[in-house]
Amino acid sequence: MTYDYPDERGHFGAYGGRYVAETLMPALLELEQAYRQVQNDPSFQQEFDDYLRNYVGRPSPLYFARRLSEELGGAKIYLKREDLNHTGAHKVNNTVGQILLARRMGKKRVIAETGAGQHGVATATVAALFGMDCEIFMGKEDIRRQALNVFRMKLLGAKVHECTSGTATLKDAMNDALRHWVTHVRDTFYVIGTVAGPHPYPEMVRDFQSVIGREAKQQMLEQAGCLPDVALACIGGGSNAMGLFYPLVQDTDVRLVGVEAAGLGVDTDKHAASISAGAPGVLHGNKTYLLQDQDGQIEHAHSISAGLDYPGVGPEHALLNDLGRGEYVSITDDEALEAFQRLTRVEGIIPALESAHAIAQVIKMAPTLTPEQSILVCLSGRGDKDIHTVAEAMGVEF
Amino acid sequence: MTRIETVFSQLKQAGQPGLIPFITAGDPDLKTTANLIRTLANAGADLIELGVPFSDPMADGPTIQAASERALTGGTTLKSVLDLVAEVRRDCQVPLVLMGYYNPVFRYGIEAFARDAAEAGVDGVLLVDLPPEEAGEISAPLQEAGIAMITLLAPTTPARRMKRLAAAAEGYLYYVSMTGVTGSARISPDEIQVAVEELQAMARVPVGVGFGITTAEDAAAVGRFADAVVVGSALVRIVEKYGGSEELLPRVKQFMSELKAGLADCR
Repeated sequence: MTYDYPDERGHFGAYGGRYVAETLMPALLELEQAYRQVQNDPSFQQEFDDYLRNYVGRPSPLYFARRLSEELGGAKIYLKREDLNHTGAHKVNNTVGQILLARRMGKKRVIAETGAGQHGVATATVAALFGMDCEIFMGKEDIRRQALNVFRMKLLGAKVHECTSGTATLKDAMNDALRHWVTHVRDTFYVIGTVAGPHPYPEMVRDFQSVIGREAKQQMLEQAGCLPDVALACIGGGSNAMGLFYPLVQDTDVRLVGVEAAGLGVDTDKHAASISAGAPGVLHGNKTYLLQDQDGQIEHAHSISAGLDYPGVGPEHALLNDLGRGEYVSITDDEALEAFQRLTRVEGIIPALESAHAIAQVIKMAPTLTPEQSILVCLSGRGDKDIHTVAEAMGVEF
Repeated sequence: MTRIETVFSQLKQAGQPGLIPFITAGDPDLKTTANLIRTLANAGADLIELGVPFSDPMADGPTIQAASERALTGGTTLKSVLDLVAEVRRDCQVPLVLMGYYNPVFRYGIEAFARDAAEAGVDGVLLVDLPPEEAGEISAPLQEAGIAMITLLAPTTPARRMKRLAAAAEGYLYYVSMTGVTGSARISPDEIQVAVEELQAMARVPVGVGFGITTAEDAAAVGRFADAVVVGSALVRIVEKYGGSEELLPRVKQFMSELKAGLADCR
């Protein structure tokens, strides 16, 4: 299969594009030009690789989860351990890439939106590393849910803005970050944390995160002797999934499975499953699947996991879904909580609640496959940040 | 000539800058909006920009965000805004431009929207998050329906891009007076003048200036050189304060007459 997306205007088939106010258009065109330059610049790639190796701690291990595989009695399960990265999640791969680019563009100030706080922490971390000013936009509700990450960002020297409009979650943080960017566009670099937003962000973030899939592919060949039958990851905006999928997209024997957050259930009004239960529309600079009402107003997303609590999805996932190349399923809050506890007990690995959605899907899927088959799952982050939420859900008080 | 062209040609003959008030449709309710449109028209509005509320108004400051929320809470939809325009059109011929975000229009259906908007009597559409690069799918149906697609230009727009967009403009050009969201900062008329005069030299259509014009003094300072001034947040604040009361229309009328007085002798 030939797969060559996005096109020169940032479209992934019918999706993607650059739907922003005119004030931002020149900044996006400048960013695209700067990105094209570094894409072909070996010195940039070398610098990026060095920081990934020596600062982030890459390559991240590929771990064969023997006990979980045996318990489930089906496919062999391999975990790509992004939780072992510096700052505890895959997000840092992208922030290193974007901030190195920002430096080359002469920007001294970065801003970012964050949901669970992982992207905020990853941005604040790399900003600290390079002595850059950093401001993070975060919904009030998420600040409550993720107090630990808020404190981490502050320790790292970032200023955290509390966003109170709308649902006071990731969507609203992104609105406020865009409003701030429009006001300070001349000296500020906006570090978007997922494969969404206006072109070139979906492509650029995918490329920076593709290190996940490239490493995992090679590690699978070394450890299992073959590519996996299934590659699987959770999806909010979809950056860890796109990073895993993209290097495998032309390997059509590998099924690509994206796991959305079903919250209380996709048949309720409390979920975040944009592909499974949304419709195409335009938000935050790109055309993609969105949770929206019949009048085109964006609906509230819900997930126990702050990082998946977003009413849209990256445009490339929308395309992969329509092409039939990606399969998109969903996992409820309860299933994720159960998977969170199970992986913790069986493998001694506490996953992020986001990643627990992927594990929950593995728990469903592995028994339907044979021990000769394998599932490669991206364990996108560690769960320390979620202990409080999980305790609350289990009725435990500290 | 279209209604927009007629208004600007009259203004040109009179040597006067136009006044374009902006209000959010459905704030506080659609019945009040209908009365506001008539009041604004009678008070000398040359064209009215009617905000279509959206759940995620990324280019708007707190004032218009709050107005959108009030309108949505009251159940305003794009369909009901078109019905409102049709109703007002029976007795009021002021040019009306719908201003908002792309998603409600996209969801409504582009062809259906162009047809229904033209039928209702909409003269122009200004979609903040739809730059010309992405407007391909909607520009033909709008053109066919005789609705002008209003283009935004910003202080950050480079000269070459400005030239290209200005040459293709319909209705009028909307120059965003500063880098920021609506209603956020103080404007500096001298900087705006340089940009607007460059733009006027390139464009076949008039140039209106908006974002951050809040007082009669601001309006007069910009009206010296701009073909029209847009006043949004300052007006929406009056609606916010007096929305439900009998004072609303007199207050709006008074503010309009202040703006008009400032514009009348600014040149």
